Amino acid sequence: MNNLLAVVFDGVVYSSWLFLMAAGLTLIYGVMKILNIAHGSLYALGGYTAATIAGAWLAAGQAAIGSYAMLVLAALLVGVVMGPLLERGLLKWMYGKDEVVLLLVTYAAFLILEDAIKLIWGVESMLLPDPYSLPGNFHIGTLAYPVYNLLLIAMAILVGLALAWALYRTRQGKLLLAVIHDREMSATMGINVNRVYLATFTVGSMLAALGGALTAPMIAVSPGIGVEVIVLSFAVVVVGGLGSLGGAAIGALMVGIVRSAAVRYWPEAELFTIYFVMALVLIARPKGLFSAPEARKI
Amino acid sequence: MIRIGTVVFSFLVCALASTGALAQQPLKIGIVTFLSGPAAGPFGVPARNGFELVAEMLNAGTVPAPYATKGFGGRAIELVIIDEAGGPQKQVAELRNLAQRVDYVVGYISSGDCLAVAPVAEELKKLTVLFDCGTPRIFEDASYKYVFRTGPPGTMDNTSAALYALERHPNVKSIAGINQNYAWGQDSWTDFEAAMKALKPGIEVKTSQMTKLFAGQFGAEISTLLSSGAELIHSSFWGGDLEGLVLQGAPRGLFQKHIVVLSAGEPGINRLGTRIPDGTIIGARGPFGPFAPDTEFNRWFKTTFQDRYNLPPNYASYKATNALLGLKAAYEKAQKAGAANPSQEQIIAAFENLSFEGVGGTVKLSLGKGHQATMENAIGTAKTVGGELRIVDVKRYAPEQINPPEGLKSEAWIKSGFRK
Repeated sequence: MNNLLAVVFDGVVYSSWLFLMAAGLTLIYGVMKILNIAHGSLYALGGYTAATIAGAWLAAGQAAIGSYAMLVLAALLVGVVMGPLLERGLLKWMYGKDEVVLLLVTYAAFLILEDAIKLIWGVESMLLPDPYSLPGNFHIGTLAYPVYNLLLIAMAILVGLALAWALYRTRQGKLLLAVIHDREMSATMGINVNRVYLATFTVGSMLAALGGALTAPMIAVSPGIGVEVIVLSFAVVVVGGLGSLGGAAIGALMVGIVRSAAVRYWPEAELFTIYFVMALVLIARPKGLFSAPEARKI
Repeated sequence: MIRIGTVVFSFLVCALASTGALAQQPLKIGIVTFLSGPAAGPFGVPARNGFELVAEMLNAGTVPAPYATKGFGGRAIELVIIDEAGGPQKQVAELRNLAQRVDYVVGYISSGDCLAVAPVAEELKKLTVLFDCGTPRIFEDASYKYVFRTGPPGTMDNTSAALYALERHPNVKSIAGINQNYAWGQDSWTDFEAAMKALKPGIEVKTSQMTKLFAGQFGAEISTLLSSGAELIHSSFWGGDLEGLVLQGAPRGLFQKHIVVLSAGEPGINRLGTRIPDGTIIGARGPFGPFAPDTEFNRWFKTTFQDRYNLPPNYASYKATNALLGLKAAYEKAQKAGAANPSQEQIIAAFENLSFEGVGGTVKLSLGKGHQATMENAIGTAKTVGGELRIVDVKRYAPEQINPPEGLKSEAWIKSGFRK
């Protein structure tokens, strides 16, 4: 029983981490039809900025509780700076081009940002372990888990609920849904599509950076951390259905729990689990679990 | 007649001048090490620092005896450094280009890269010194004339770790592993598991976790290890994965409830410091870093490196330095045999079976038909003393105790119970 509980809890923790990144990726794809490979770099930038700001905060002898606020601040900073920079400075000039071209453009941005990270922070890893270990542990059976994991789960739920509320309960969200449904018609009806794109990309960038910032205390923030993330979050988004927020949540849960079970009961297969889940889902539903039905255009 | 004499005189002057100029030209050494990617921080850049520092000091003639002669036998050396990132296929292409620009090549951290470039170096007939990669397959599965390795093979990391662990904890009955799922991690676990089974028949393997390289997060793996019931856990993790395992495992009691062996843990010491819990068994893939013998030569190296980079040298820095010193020793040995400007063939002849003084102790090219180095290995235990991490209870193992004899393959030798 304890083993089963551990599998579920480990899976949910991993799913929360996956969801934070996948939510931003699917949001950007849903609105802009861009598979943003640079999402991985924004995650890495979030991690590095968090390690820098929160590290400086702690080094200055400030209250440790404030370091959690620094993590969130880092994500906001990266989103506000990098989102508009990439969208206005690069992507804006590519709209209307084929999706593959846009994918390649974001891949180029990813490579540039990876090198920029090395230029700024060097190749040495950065450690920020205090926020992870400070809240202490709780137990499931005999197993100790850091309370920080609960924080990660809470943050993922909060982000999911906030995005759902913003999309379905606010005027701006409804305008955004209209753009998702039909960009040209929305523009005709007077919606400022360019502004919607800018806001969407900025929020998506913030979510990627938030994923990185909240992961920074658990890992060694080092060059290349964004590479793995983009592959995983892409798989989650495909499982859930490109552009579906609920799909990203279900996809993250499925992948996280199956992976966790594999680690415990069949470790040799762990490497393939995420792709196994993806293949199974795509066989049954080629456009993912919750892909929105496409409007028939005349 | 005068005109012919002038022409002959001019020709002789030019010929002599060009010979002199040739003798003055620096020897170009191609250096291949990770300058980008996850391996750059823990290995690539510390190695590059070692290469650059020792090259500069060799040219200035400030390296202590027996390396006090400037450059290589009086001839300056010049490094041409390239990035190892990109995978074996890219490295093969890079080597083909590099070989045309340099006299010798020294490099390669990744075992995959070493396995790929060794036959190409042989095909190009370019003297290539592998300095860090660990796979024993280089000289166990093939034989090379132009390829040397001045770093000891990875076999000894795990044979010595198993010996040390069982000497300190003879009652261990069960083990588990967490290693990266590629050649290095798989080979390390295979060697360690086989060594433990050979040294203590009947030992039980509870679980072997093979994680994706640079996965970074190990929540589920740590839960599995914690509830596996294994008394001892082995890991050959390096870089960010090693740091992540310690950061995530220590708060959950992984290191307190189990004996943990980090067979390549040394490069993490500077980064993690006292976050490495007491009692963790640590290896350095040779007598390097804090495991290096306290000799005058080693003290000089540590101080010089620390002064330059504000960080102590790690095992990659030691191995890089040893590779250049080995090549210099071979070059000068060939000079002493009568060649003022020794040819590649003469250097190779001098290099084979060479024994030279490295910064971490004596390096003997005693395996792989005189092309593969062996060194002693040292394993120790982490202990925080006065707020600083120390490596205590260091035990040294002679090379012949932890490496297979010439002609035997590592895996078979370990399974035979380390029989000579």
